[in-house]
Amino acid sequence: MKKVTKEVYLKWYEDMLFWRKFEDKLAAVYIQQKVRGFLHLYNGQEAILAGTLHAINPKTDKLITAYRNHVQPIGMGVDPKRVMAELYGKATGTSQGLGGSMHIFSKEHNFYGGHGIVGGQIPLGAGLAFADKYFKREGVTLCYMGDGAVRQGSLHETFNLAMLWNLPVVFICENNGYAMGTSVARTSKEQEIWKLGLGFDMPCGPVDGMDPVKVAEAVHEAVERARKGGGPTFLEMKTYRYRGHSMSDAQHYRTKEEVEEYKKIDPITQVKDIILKKKYAKESELKEIDKSVKARVSECEKFAEESPFPEKNIMYDAVYEQEDYPFLPHKL
Amino acid sequence: MRTIQFREAVCEAMSEEMRKDETVYLMGEEVAEYNGAYKASKGMLDEFGPDRVIDTPISELGFAGIAVGSAMNGNKPIVEFMTFNFALVGIDQIINNAAKIRQMSGGQFNCPIVFRGPTASAGQLAATHSQAFESWYANTPGLKVIVPSNPYDAKGLLKSAIQDPDPVIFMESEQMYGDKGEVPEGEYTIPIGVAEIKREGKDVTIVSFGKIIKEAYAAAEELEKEGISCEIIDLRTVRPMDHDTILKSVKKTNRLVILEEAWPFGNVATEITYQVQSQAFDYLDAPIVKINTADTPAPYSPVLFKEWLPNHNDVIKAVKKVLYK
Repeated sequence: MKKVTKEVYLKWYEDMLFWRKFEDKLAAVYIQQKVRGFLHLYNGQEAILAGTLHAINPKTDKLITAYRNHVQPIGMGVDPKRVMAELYGKATGTSQGLGGSMHIFSKEHNFYGGHGIVGGQIPLGAGLAFADKYFKREGVTLCYMGDGAVRQGSLHETFNLAMLWNLPVVFICENNGYAMGTSVARTSKEQEIWKLGLGFDMPCGPVDGMDPVKVAEAVHEAVERARKGGGPTFLEMKTYRYRGHSMSDAQHYRTKEEVEEYKKIDPITQVKDIILKKKYAKESELKEIDKSVKARVSECEKFAEESPFPEKNIMYDAVYEQEDYPFLPHKL
Repeated sequence: MRTIQFREAVCEAMSEEMRKDETVYLMGEEVAEYNGAYKASKGMLDEFGPDRVIDTPISELGFAGIAVGSAMNGNKPIVEFMTFNFALVGIDQIINNAAKIRQMSGGQFNCPIVFRGPTASAGQLAATHSQAFESWYANTPGLKVIVPSNPYDAKGLLKSAIQDPDPVIFMESEQMYGDKGEVPEGEYTIPIGVAEIKREGKDVTIVSFGKIIKEAYAAAEELEKEGISCEIIDLRTVRPMDHDTILKSVKKTNRLVILEEAWPFGNVATEITYQVQSQAFDYLDAPIVKINTADTPAPYSPVLFKEWLPNHNDVIKAVKKVLYK
């Protein structure tokens, strides 16, 4: 694995803070009703993305996840302004306003969505890996899911097929403790999710999902195994989300104390503490980063605000590749 | 011209496309070593090898989704369902992913994939094995739905389906695989979305598709003896539907009967009925009649099953009704 240097820590701090503030901004504009639909935020889980990005090759490797998906494409290189614009439903958005919060995609940056049906992306991730293997490319697919998704049949069918066909895919469960309002303990007799890999003879294990170094090490090992023809891995990242499942979640299923406990091991705070302890930067220098992050997030908001809404015909243009598909009329 | 079976036409279409395009592969239960549950992929494992003709476990959700994922990343998969009844456990991947990826990504990803296999009833297989979901799939924007009724159409349309950049549902029938028909040597395609007049006539238009159209042919033969001339349109593609061919015919005959093997509520025949009444109301000399299966799950007993499934006598009755005879 690439060394975790001072530069890496500083990048992690800036990236994770940006993702956090980006999500906070979305929450704010959601309350102002500028962003609608459902809004699922990543706050608390940032170490998983930061660690992953350190361990992969974004030129060949692919990411696919569920609907908590705003910041992963940003991490892969997508202009965050375009992600913000997508949530505003604007023509400049990543899907030209057709996808919204749950469906961010970037072919250019190997981000394959952005999927709204719990567990529906799991076979897709294996399918991306299937094609890379079919065409003898060196790419590895990282397929993310929440703890709710592991109870879907799609996971079990895909694990079986991915092992049977030795596909270059890493399955990563981001266990943030709750499938919407249902705790892991209420979804299965067996609460150690990583053990689901054992039944398929898939290498698997738990990872501290609040520490980007731990994440990077585990992902690196899994990605390299897949790249060398060693097949799939299943990692359970133990993490936590500070915000509700979506913005409409009153969070009666957990206590404020529980949330505060997890904030003590917040990934950004952990990285910040290391930076200060190892004197990679001074507090004042970090404050400068904070300021620049805030400014960049404001630029995203401004871009999204000022972008035009899409032309109505785009609704038809994107459904089929065929250019003259004869759609049925729907109004007089 | 040479005569081949429906299953051979399907096999030729897949094999020809796989020879030309290395991104195409065939995946499904029993497609490789068993040569296909209905022998529609006979010899393909030998020719293309196990990397391109791929046996799967009984895992429709898993392999349908893997195929869709591979289509997002450069492949053109052909997914065989042993029947479309079994596709129900994988239908999330067809409706939520294959049909939506292009739109949700703002056109960044397309999904060139064919899901094929038998549809509708095939004898006394009872409730779970006798279902026709053409109208379900045809209801979904993003998909195209093809239901051929003979070997010639099957080959030309399947080749078009495999070449098509969008997801296609291609529906066959267990009871058609052995049907023989004239199929020329060499390659040809039939465009998606174009119906064909299989029998010209002047008194009444009968629209149908898939294997049940044979009941319309039988009825037309009988009716001809009574001096009634039936025009039979084979839709061949259900979505997009060739409304022009239907409307042109109805404007000529002024009477329409639709024969479809599907439950009667909100089906393909219903859609045709709406289109014709809205665009050719003044041309109709009688209310449109549609013939479907009974509004029940398919029963097993021979007596009940016979009653459930439409037949040529039902078509004859319907034609006479629209002719007020």
